[in-house]
Amino acid sequence: MAAVISDLGATTTAEPPAPARSRRRGGSAWARRLVLVIAGLYFLVPLYAAFRFAIGTSDGGVSGAVFAGIPAQDGFLDAITLTVRLAVIALVITLVLVVPTAVWVHLRMPRLRRVLEGVTLLPIVVPPVVLIIGVLEVAPPELKGTPDLLALVYVVLALPFAYRALDSGLQAIPLTTLVEASRSLGAGWGRTLVSVVLPNLRSALLAAVVLTVAMVFGEYTMASLDQYQTFPVWIVVFQQANARVSVAVSLLALLGTWALLWLISLVDRRRQSPEDT
Amino acid sequence: MTTTDAAETRTDPASGRRAGVAVELRDLNRRFGEVRALDGFSLDLAPGELVTLLGPSGCGKTTALRALAGLEAVDSGTVVVGGRDLRGVPVRQRDMGMVFQSYSLFPNLTARDNVAFGLRVRGQDKAARRRRADELLELVELGGRGDRYPHQLSGGQQQRVALARALAPEPQVLLLDEPLSALDAKVRVALREQIRAVQTRLGTTTLFVTHDQEEALSISDRVGVMRDGRLEQIASPAELYARPATPFVAEFVGTMNHLPGTTTADGVEVLGRRLPVTTGRPAGAEVDVLLRPEALLVTPDPHGTGVVVATTFLGAVTRVHVRVGDTQRSGARPGGDGTTVLVDRPSAAVAGLGPGAGVTVEPAPDAQPLVA
Amino acid sequence: MKQREVPAWVGVVPFAAYTVVFLGVPVVAVVLGSFVDPATGAFTLDNFGIATSGVYLRGFGSSIGLSLVTALVPGVLGLVLALAVRASPSLRLKRAVATASGVFANFGGVPLAFLFVATLGSTGLVVELVKAVGVDLYGAGFSLYSFWGVAIVYGYFQIPLMVLVITPALEGLRPNWREAADNLGATPVQYWRHVGLPVLAPAVLGCMLLLFGSAFSAYATTSALTSGSLALTPIQIGSFLNGNVLSGQENVGRALGVGMIVVVGVLMALYALLQRRVSRWLQ
Ligand SMILES: Nc1ncnc2c1ncn2[C@@H]1O[C@H](COP(=O)(O)OP(=O)(O)O)[C@@H](O)[C@H]1O
Ligand SMILES: [Mg+2]
Repeated sequence: MAAVISDLGATTTAEPPAPARSRRRGGSAWARRLVLVIAGLYFLVPLYAAFRFAIGTSDGGVSGAVFAGIPAQDGFLDAITLTVRLAVIALVITLVLVVPTAVWVHLRMPRLRRVLEGVTLLPIVVPPVVLIIGVLEVAPPELKGTPDLLALVYVVLALPFAYRALDSGLQAIPLTTLVEASRSLGAGWGRTLVSVVLPNLRSALLAAVVLTVAMVFGEYTMASLDQYQTFPVWIVVFQQANARVSVAVSLLALLGTWALLWLISLVDRRRQSPEDT
Repeated sequence: MTTTDAAETRTDPASGRRAGVAVELRDLNRRFGEVRALDGFSLDLAPGELVTLLGPSGCGKTTALRALAGLEAVDSGTVVVGGRDLRGVPVRQRDMGMVFQSYSLFPNLTARDNVAFGLRVRGQDKAARRRRADELLELVELGGRGDRYPHQLSGGQQQRVALARALAPEPQVLLLDEPLSALDAKVRVALREQIRAVQTRLGTTTLFVTHDQEEALSISDRVGVMRDGRLEQIASPAELYARPATPFVAEFVGTMNHLPGTTTADGVEVLGRRLPVTTGRPAGAEVDVLLRPEALLVTPDPHGTGVVVATTFLGAVTRVHVRVGDTQRSGARPGGDGTTVLVDRPSAAVAGLGPGAGVTVEPAPDAQPLVA
Repeated sequence: MKQREVPAWVGVVPFAAYTVVFLGVPVVAVVLGSFVDPATGAFTLDNFGIATSGVYLRGFGSSIGLSLVTALVPGVLGLVLALAVRASPSLRLKRAVATASGVFANFGGVPLAFLFVATLGSTGLVVELVKAVGVDLYGAGFSLYSFWGVAIVYGYFQIPLMVLVITPALEGLRPNWREAADNLGATPVQYWRHVGLPVLAPAVLGCMLLLFGSAFSAYATTSALTSGSLALTPIQIGSFLNGNVLSGQENVGRALGVGMIVVVGVLMALYALLQRRVSRWLQ
C-alpha cells in the first residue's frame, strides 16, 4: 500500500524527463529483454492459470458462466455495498484531515515536514493485526457494534500515505506564491483552498483517492478480525462454497483495481498531454 | 593501438608541454524525426586550439559535441581525431574529457575522488592518483577542498572540479557543453578566464559550446556560428565581429541596428548618407541596412529628425536610444511608425544628451554596413 | 476572522489528535495489556515468557525469516526489473509497468492465494505442465504451502512494491553521471560499482525496509495458503483474537503484538544507523 502512495506522489514531483539521449548498448539491451520476459512470465502465468481454472467445468469443458454468475452470489452485493460505504467514509475523513494539514504545514511550519514524514512510518511499525487488537479493546461499545469503526481505523492506515502523496504534490507547486496572490486579491482561506490550491493538486489528490480506496478494497486482516463481511472477507468466506467462483472473483478483484488505476492514469495523462507533445 | 598513437601525438618530450591533436568533423548528419540537428556539419580544430560553437538554443551545438564524444550516434559523416577515424569506437575508448552544464559530479565521491575517477578506472594505484588529483585541484585553485562532497561546493567550484576531473586522464580532446550557463554572472566571467588559462597551459585541443556570444568571443581562438545544424561562419572573434559573413551572424554577434535604406549605384543610402558597399541589387531598391551602434554618430540638433528616448551608461561608452523616422514628431511615443536606433559614443561626448533631446543620427563616414 | 495570527501548531492538531486516538491509544492499550495477568489483573512478565518460547518463538523465527527473504530477494529482483524498464526506450512499456506495479503491489490475501493455487498448487497449471515434461515438482519436495512456496507467492506483490518505490529514486540517477563515467573510460560494471549502486544504496535500503514491513505484517495470504501449518506471528495473534486461547493466556496475543512492534522498531534503528553510513555524502 505504502508503495502506491509514494509512487503516485513521486510522479507529480519528478522533473519532466529530459529528452532521451538514448544510444544502443548491444549486450545490455539483450539482458534487459531477458529480464522483462522473465518478469512477464512470472506475473502473467498465474493470471492465465487462474483464468483457465475459472472457466473450466467439472466435465472438462469450458464456460464463462462463473463470471456472469458472480453478482448473483450470496452476500456479494452486501459485501460490495459495505465495502463501498467504508471506502467513502474513510476517504472523506482522510481528505478532510490531510489536505488542510498538508497545506498548512507547507505554508506555516515547513520544518514540521520531517516530523510528519516520521509519522508516515508508523503503520509499518504497527502491523494492522496488532492495531486492531488495541482498537477493539479501547473502542466504546456503541462504536464496536458498527462496521463504521473499521472505516475510522482505515483512516489511520490511509492518513500517512495520503499525506505523503499530497506532500510531494505540494512540493511541486509554488504554493506560497499562489496563496499570497489569491489572498491579496481578496479571497478568503476557504475559497483559496478550494479554487486555487486544490486544482493545482489534482494528481496528488487522485493518488490519495486511489490509495485509500484500493486499501479499503484490499484490507482483510482488520475486517476479518472485527468480523464484518467486507469484499475481501466475503471472498474467503465464500471460498468454502465454490472454488471456481472464488478464483473468478479473485481475478475480477485484480482486474477491477487495474481498471481503476488505468482510469486514473487516463485523467492524469489528459491533463499532461499538451506538455508532452 | 590507441595508446601508442595517443602517446606520440601528446607529449612533446623537449618542452614537456603536450601538443594537442587535430580534430576533423566531416559532413555530419543527424536527424531527430523532422529536426535536422546536424545538417552537413563540418568543423576542423587545429592541435591545441580552442574553438567555440556559438548559436541559438536548438541549433545543434550539443549534438555536434556529443557526436564527437561518441555519446550521440550520427546518421552519416566521419569523426577523425589525431588522424584516427573514430567510427565504431565506444565512448570510453575515445579519450576525451567532458564538462557538462551542471550536476555531473558523482555525488557520492569527494572532489578528490571525482577527479581521480578516470585514473582509478585505468587502474592507477591509490597514491599516484591521489597525487595527480591534488595537483589538478591545485590547478583549478581548489587545493585543500579535496575532501568536500559536491553538494558542499558552490556551483562555480563544482564546475572547476568537473574541469579537473575531465583533465585528469590527460585527454586528447576537451569538450565543454555550456559549462558556465548555470552560474551567476560574476563567477561566469572569472571561470571562463580560468578555463582558457588552463587550456592554454596544457595545450589540449578544446571544443567549447555556448549560446553566450560574449563568452564565445572572449575565450576562443576561433568561433563557429551555428544555425539549423550547419556552420554559418567560422573565424577569429575579431573577424567575426568586424566582418560577419551573413546577416544571421551579424545579428547574433554583437548588437546590430536594422535601418531602412535604398540602394544606389555604388552602395546604399541610409539615414541621409551614402555608404559604399556591394549590394548586388539594382539602384533604388528598398533594403534593410545593418549597422553596429558604434558605426553611428549622434549630434544634438533641435531640428533633427531623431529624439533621444533613453541613454544607458555602459562605462567608457554610453548607449543612446534614438527614435527616428516618426512622421509625426510627438515626443517619440512608442507605437509611431519610426524605429529606435542604438548609438554607442564615448560617454564624455554625449554627456549632455537626455531623453527628449532633438538629435541627428547618421552613419560614421567609415561605417561598413551589411545589406539584407 | 480579523485575527490571522493563529499559532502555527494549531493547524496540525486535528491530524495529531486523530493519530493519537486511533493509533496511539490502541497501541498503548496493547502494550499495557501485555503486562497483565488475565486471571488476577496483576502485573506480570509471563505473557512475554510464553510469547518468546515454543511455538511462538518459532513463529517469530518463521515470520522474520520469511520477511527477510521476501524483502531481500524481491528487493533485488525489483531493482533489476526497475532498471531494465528504465533503460528501455519504450514509453509505453514504462507506463504499463507503472500501472501494473500499482495493481500487483496492492494484490494480496486470498485472491492472490487462489491465483497461485491454480498455478503452483498440487494440480496447478504449471505443475501439470512440468509433469508432462517429466518433472514432478511435488515429488521433488516442492510445496506451495511450505516456506519457499509462500516466499514465491510473496514475490507477486513484493517485487512490484519494490518497482514502485525504487523507481522515483532511479529518476534521481542523472544520465550525466553515466555519460561522464563513460567519458572517463569506465566500463558499465565500474560505473555501477563506484557510482550507480552507492548512489542508490540509501534508497534501496529504505525500500527493502518497507518490503520487510509489508511482508512482516502480511497475514491473509499465508493464512489462506497454509491454513496455519506455517505458523507466522500475525496468524498466531489472529487466532488469539478469534478466541482460540488457552485460559490464562489471553494476553499472550498482546505480548506477541508488542514483540512485532519491537522487531520492526529494532530493524528501523539498524536501518537508521546503516543509512547514516551509506549516505555520508548526503549530510
Ligand atoms: N534525443 C533527441 N530527440 C529528439 N530531438 C532531439 C534530441 N536531441 C536533440 N534534439 C533536437 O535537435 C536539435 C538540436 O539540439 P541540440 O544539439 O541540443 O541544440 P543546442 O545544444 O544547440 O541547443 C533541437 O531541435 C533538439 O530539439
Ligand atoms: Mg545544448
